Amino acid sequence: MIQRRGLKRWLLALAALHGVVACAGFLAPYDPAEQDRERPYLPPMKIHLVDRKGVHHLRPFFYAVRLRDGSFDQFEESTGQPLPLQFFMTGARYRLLGLVPTRLHLFGAPTSRIHLLGSDAYGRDQLSRILYGGQISLLAGLLGAGLTLFLGVLVGATAGYYGGWRDGLFMRLAELFAALPWLYLLFALRAFLPLAVSPVRAFFLIILVIGAVGWARPARLVRGVVLSARERDFVRAARGFGATDGYLLRRHILPETSSVILTQAAILVPQFVLAEMTLSFLGLGVPEPVPTWGNLLASLQQYSVLLSYWWMYVPALAIVPFFLGYLGLASTLHQDAGIGKIERTSSWNSW
Amino acid sequence: MKMARLSTFGRWFGRGLLLASAILFSRPASAIPTQEKITEESLAVPGEIGQRGGRLVVSLRAEPKTLNPLIAVDAPSREVILGAMQADLIHINRSTQLNEPALAKSWEVSADGLQYTLTLRKGLKFSDGQPLDADDILFTFRVSLDESVHATQRDQLIVGGKPIVARKVDAHTVVFQLVKTYGAGERLFDGLAILPRHLLEKPYAEGKLSQAWTLATPANQWAGLGPFRLKEYIPGQRLVLERNPYYWKKDARGNRLPYLDELVFLFVSNAEAQVLRFQSGETDLISRLGAENFLTLNRQQRGFTMSDAGPGLEYNFLFFNLNEPGEKTPPDLSRKMKWFREVKFRQAISAAIDRDAIVRLVYQGRGAALWGPVTPGNRRWANVSLPHPARSPDRARALLKEAGFHWNSGPNGESVLVDSDAKPVEFSILTSSSNTDRTKMATLIQDDLKQLGMRVQVVPMEFRSLIDRVTQTKEYEACVLGLVSFDADPTPDLNVWLSSGGTHLWNPSQTHPATPWEAEIDSSMQLQLSAPSYQQRKKAFDRVQQILADNQPMIFLASPDILVGAKNSIGNFHPAVLEPYVLWNVEQLYFKNAAENTRQ
Repeated sequence: MIQRRGLKRWLLALAALHGVVACAGFLAPYDPAEQDRERPYLPPMKIHLVDRKGVHHLRPFFYAVRLRDGSFDQFEESTGQPLPLQFFMTGARYRLLGLVPTRLHLFGAPTSRIHLLGSDAYGRDQLSRILYGGQISLLAGLLGAGLTLFLGVLVGATAGYYGGWRDGLFMRLAELFAALPWLYLLFALRAFLPLAVSPVRAFFLIILVIGAVGWARPARLVRGVVLSARERDFVRAARGFGATDGYLLRRHILPETSSVILTQAAILVPQFVLAEMTLSFLGLGVPEPVPTWGNLLASLQQYSVLLSYWWMYVPALAIVPFFLGYLGLASTLHQDAGIGKIERTSSWNSW
Repeated sequence: MKMARLSTFGRWFGRGLLLASAILFSRPASAIPTQEKITEESLAVPGEIGQRGGRLVVSLRAEPKTLNPLIAVDAPSREVILGAMQADLIHINRSTQLNEPALAKSWEVSADGLQYTLTLRKGLKFSDGQPLDADDILFTFRVSLDESVHATQRDQLIVGGKPIVARKVDAHTVVFQLVKTYGAGERLFDGLAILPRHLLEKPYAEGKLSQAWTLATPANQWAGLGPFRLKEYIPGQRLVLERNPYYWKKDARGNRLPYLDELVFLFVSNAEAQVLRFQSGETDLISRLGAENFLTLNRQQRGFTMSDAGPGLEYNFLFFNLNEPGEKTPPDLSRKMKWFREVKFRQAISAAIDRDAIVRLVYQGRGAALWGPVTPGNRRWANVSLPHPARSPDRARALLKEAGFHWNSGPNGESVLVDSDAKPVEFSILTSSSNTDRTKMATLIQDDLKQLGMRVQVVPMEFRSLIDRVTQTKEYEACVLGLVSFDADPTPDLNVWLSSGGTHLWNPSQTHPATPWEAEIDSSMQLQLSAPSYQQRKKAFDRVQQILADNQPMIFLASPDILVGAKNSIGNFHPAVLEPYVLWNVEQLYFKNAAENTRQ
């Protein structure tokens, strides 16, 4: 029972995190590609409740910032005029959840731009970019994991259930895929693609690549479970009654693999978010100006950025709660699966 | 890594050599230079009087491939050879950008401009102590012009289709005969290293001249006329040069230069690593800094001074594929090439680009916006009447409308620029993936053009494949690149402007000029090349700049400042905007606390 509650807690946390990212358009004050060329590398702006004269304000406010004369990245607050934060204001056009066109944003300010997490080299709002970037990175992770598991189950079930030469072929193939130097192949692959890949195509390409690389491991795991499940008594009995292969797989064997698949999913999603980040970091991902977490971190390749603009690290922090959520979920599922197994079958320990 | 060194006009130096053991022992042990009488036979240079001694350490991006000036094409070899080891007859002062006497103490040009009579200084010696005379000059010209040697400077010595003929008058006078006048005149001799006949005649006779003088050459088999000579080479680590005791320049008080005892080049391949070495005090000078690293170093100032020498001669530009569509051209590309060939389209793009933002965001204000190829760093050749129109999206829209484009509304309510066939205007811009500056420029342009309703994609690409696409396969749409002129004079960039040139990027190596304006550029460049006076040449080159501005085959963007740094203890540090930026006066550099430095 404790396990069930743990599971629920993790699921709830993850749902909340994904909800935030899914509603990026509403929570982000600006369009992620919009440049503010007067304010490159602006440090995170401060939200005040008490103004310079010591007067308390009910509504949070901030001060406009401007470049200090003659400097490139030294900003100062002009404390003359407190600018109140406005909630539920209209701003850049976007589609909520990708469907509803709207212009409503959670917060903003009418006269000056507000950058709660600072801005990047082009003065683009870092908060908006992290939120929007999450949409792409997480979606890539989820779709990539889905594709991987689909392929994995297909290959694993075929290999495990039919055995023989199919088993040999698929498993050698899996080993081959696991052993390939993927990164170098990707660079080569990129050279054969058309010059300009539109962001949407680049996105699906990434998912395809992730799926193609990742299927080997789940396939091996699924094969193991299927291999043992097909020798179980109730499966033999069903076969004896004349059940077809399809029926056996669907009804008796694949349900046995569900815990393996779920655990794998929870492990693979963050892994593939990371894979997307690696690809984008190396310039093989979704092109500018579309933000992804990998693209956001790519600017850290420059020594001066690394040293001078600490807020450029924030995208790296953004992934931490997601990872914790998924890994927590994975370990809960794992324990769950283990206990369930012991209860149900005494002869068969955890895989 | 820094840029497209496309406009290379190989220029080198030669050095001679001999048995060095005697010299090594005969060097004065005292650190105090002996004062000698200043005569016209040695060149006295103005500047602070320095102190002898010390070892200067600088980092080099890669190991030089050779120490042979005849075949040096890579930037590190050039930097070492040009900067420190060799000398030429007439030299371009990197600071004033004017000609000045070097090995030749004076020269005369005949009235028809076809004959140059150079008089050598007397008593010149190679770094191995062997004397230099007119035969060495003739030898240098002979081997440089020999086709079998494949010397990089060969093209430079062929004027009007005929090689320059060198003739000895006496041991110290040489006459050079041209068949056609050469616009840049004496600048011809800059960078042409004079080689020691006594060391290289044998390899030349054996046909092995281009294999001579590798980095592995023993120091006593090597000689030159520059301020430093070879001492030691440690593969993968460093190249150590030592003071040439026979150097022919003196300071104002008659002390023989150079001041430094040793010059060390460390091989540090990565720009960020070079910054770290400089920051930790391992190297004494740094050049070719990016604006962001410059800012970081400037902020931490620990015993070093960073300085901004002003805009250099690098010009960055956007250009479109203006090649003639061939049979192999993909239909999609040839459709787009129709837009690119429309001059109003290019003018509209130029009007829409926010050059000030490029200077501010890419160079952090340390650069200059450009409307032509001649940067503010070039003091003599800019066409001052060229307009510098401010950014104007309205004018861009008007131009596009005139060219037959119009706007439709897109799926999200944004306006989309479409051509007369209602096809949306979309194209990609190539940039070199190793150059973050240019990728940044392209990203800014992408946003500028989005406001005109164009969808632009930035495609960073490995530099070599990019050049291959631009000059060989010609399958690209637009590209951001940069070129660095090696001289303020327009002649070295001939290859870029002539329609037959291999670096005529928007449509390279044409057999006939594709457009009337390219034909006019060709004729103006030829005129510039052969006109006898600076005024006439300037007028011709002004015309070239005007044609470029009118037709926008290259949309000029910005030029970065030359950003350098040096330890506070270095004297006579005057960075120039011509290469080598910080080492051009290496013979005059000295340590203000030389005694401490020698002990290091």
